Amino acid sequence: MDALVLQILNGLDKGAAYALIALGLTLVFGTLGVVNFAHGALFMLGAFCAVSVKALLTLEHVALDPEKLTAWGTPMEIRTPYIESWFGDFGATLIDYSVPVSILLAIPVMLILGIIMERGLIRHFYKRPHADQILVTFGLAIVVQEIVKAQFGANPIPQPAPDIFAGSADIGLLIGFAENAIVYPWWRIIYLIFSAAILGAVFAFLKYTTFGMVVRAGMADRETVGLLGIDIDRRFTIVFGLATVVAGVAGVMYTPILSPDYHMGMDFLVLSFVVVVVGGMGSLGGAVAAGFLLGILQSFASMNEVNSILPGIDQIIIYLIAVVVLLVRPRGLMGRKGVMED
Amino acid sequence: MSNKKTPIDTSKRNLLKGTAGIIAAGSMPLVFSNKAFAASYRNEPKGGTVTFGFNVPQTGAYADEGADELRAYKLAVQHINGEGDGGMLNTFSSKTLKGNGVNGKKVVYVTGDTQTKSDAARASAKRMIEKDGAVMITGGSSSGVAIAVQGLCQEAGVIFMAGLTHSNDTTGKDKRANGFRHFFNTEMTGAALAPVLKNNYGTDRVAYHLTADYTWGWSQEGSIRKYTEAMGWKTSQAVKTPVGAGDFSQYITPVLNSGADVLVLNHYGKDMVNSLTQAVQFGLRDKQVNGKDFTIVVPLYSRLMAAGAGDNVKGIFGSTNWHWSLQDAGSKAFVKSFGQAYGFPPSQAAHTTYCQAVLYADACQRAGSFKPSAVGAALEGFKFDGLGNGPTEYRAEDHQCFKDVLVVKGKENPSSKFDVLEVVEVTPRSQVEYKPSMLGGELGPFNNG
Repeated sequence: MDALVLQILNGLDKGAAYALIALGLTLVFGTLGVVNFAHGALFMLGAFCAVSVKALLTLEHVALDPEKLTAWGTPMEIRTPYIESWFGDFGATLIDYSVPVSILLAIPVMLILGIIMERGLIRHFYKRPHADQILVTFGLAIVVQEIVKAQFGANPIPQPAPDIFAGSADIGLLIGFAENAIVYPWWRIIYLIFSAAILGAVFAFLKYTTFGMVVRAGMADRETVGLLGIDIDRRFTIVFGLATVVAGVAGVMYTPILSPDYHMGMDFLVLSFVVVVVGGMGSLGGAVAAGFLLGILQSFASMNEVNSILPGIDQIIIYLIAVVVLLVRPRGLMGRKGVMED
Repeated sequence: MSNKKTPIDTSKRNLLKGTAGIIAAGSMPLVFSNKAFAASYRNEPKGGTVTFGFNVPQTGAYADEGADELRAYKLAVQHINGEGDGGMLNTFSSKTLKGNGVNGKKVVYVTGDTQTKSDAARASAKRMIEKDGAVMITGGSSSGVAIAVQGLCQEAGVIFMAGLTHSNDTTGKDKRANGFRHFFNTEMTGAALAPVLKNNYGTDRVAYHLTADYTWGWSQEGSIRKYTEAMGWKTSQAVKTPVGAGDFSQYITPVLNSGADVLVLNHYGKDMVNSLTQAVQFGLRDKQVNGKDFTIVVPLYSRLMAAGAGDNVKGIFGSTNWHWSLQDAGSKAFVKSFGQAYGFPPSQAAHTTYCQAVLYADACQRAGSFKPSAVGAALEGFKFDGLGNGPTEYRAEDHQCFKDVLVVKGKENPSSKFDVLEVVEVTPRSQVEYKPSMLGGELGPFNNG
């Protein structure tokens, strides 16, 4: 039983990341009709916002110690972060909290990046076939990846969670299990809560604000909204920026779980597309539901008991479910008629 | 039936006689030369240069390791050609290389990108052999790639000097006459690591393996299980994980209540960084199981990669082929040379590739030829010292180098970002040596192309 609870938690956690990326993907598709294969790269760029903030906070003053030599005969370097020299303990705390602090940078940076991307490139492909959109956005993702690799290298860069969240919580005690039966890392719990908050905020924004109402109307019938004198293109550009921010902050918060490297976006992109397709192209609720569903099923499929009966099922379960869903419900779990159907 | 000879018959006989005469006359000077029976071979260098092919990952997950290999190769070429400070050529026991290239020819090189994909690696090696005239291919950061490229080099008739490849299969069931490996293997890791684990954790332990699902992972798991089970450890589960899984949480949580008190991570590179980091986050190192402190083992360490796991590597045991902190003359010369050129110490990948380039050049010089069979014969059974691993031998039977193996531990108080590992034991060669027939496979004959 404790194993099941742990796998549900794992699935929720994994599903939260899928859902956050898939939400942005399906939002862009539903508003702009663009299949954005660069969306994974935006998740990765968010993660590298955290890397950049940490690098900035740990900029070091380098002094040479002529009395100590390196193994290759040059004077040893003594490195002290400026921020620690200037602010003492507060500086050290700031470095410790670099991941959550990075969100403050990631939001404006990702918003600006998203708007530049939409205005500079994506809008030229609105009326082009989906194949063209996929090619250009996939190409863009590769270019972004290579730039990040050239700047930060190919190896993963560790981004530890703040010390206070470094350990695990004994959540089994809260739900009546024995001590240490169900322990789960604090940061993963925080990620789950954070994802739920972001998902809730995006849905609330689209459902309860005038802006969101216009966007939803535009998603349903772009032409009619335009005929009412509403500049729907401008709103859709902002929606693109919003989707970029969601992917970016999801990337920032995921860095203590997965040390970021230049390829991490691609790893998530394929799975997130499957999530969007299973949920139904353009369906926000579908993307979130499918994200959590596939995350949990993937975790269950990795259990030793399941793998001993069906070896390798953990590696194909997501695609298997996608095939079954598309056979039974060709438009996905919550897909609408007419989306991606000529 | 007529016996009349036609003009055609006459002219045919005359033609045959004439041709035989020309061949005989043309061959006469050669029978007096020592090259009388020397058949030509693939990419025999004709001019004043000889081309080496460096096939390393320049893109993909192991690009940083590939970049370090390339740095080491460039340094080796400089030293072979007589430039720079000479590096380990000054400490190498063989003194045939004089700093004027190899067999009077200056060494030049071409590079290829393996992308850590077998098909891409074979394509780039093929291009270097067929288009660039490379007489030898070397490099790589994966056993799958090494085995694929080794097979290609055997077919093409050039020597392959493997880079970082740790699977037993490279010089075991998939060995080839034209292939040579300086790096150690999983069998040696198991033999070296097990006694250290026994001394630190005792003989009554239950291990849980997470294993990368490809040739190296299977080989690593097999070797560690063989040696730990022999000393009394039990194996509760051995679970295969997909390469590049990223989030390993669904594989780690079953460990928590499995009854195991040791987690063995048969992962390398990015997978190792992620699985180790996540295992620590799940509190495994803080647990007590079976009345013992839970522990984690990472059998193969790479200093470059271990840095990605940050503080999580502290106190965790593993093995490595070489480490820059070694204090023998060869290691010190190499670290000095590399550090002055690039500003940081070399990785084990850089070390093994530098050694391979130097060993190949030295073998060509001793053989007086670049012909694969002659070079191979010069490498087979070659005993040497001064390249950083102590007395070493290229065993003739399987083309595997035998030398001491380093057992390392994540350093508790690093003095710099490069100071990630500390050597806790140098396991003597005699303890890690095995019979050539044990890992199977056949070398077959050399192929000269």
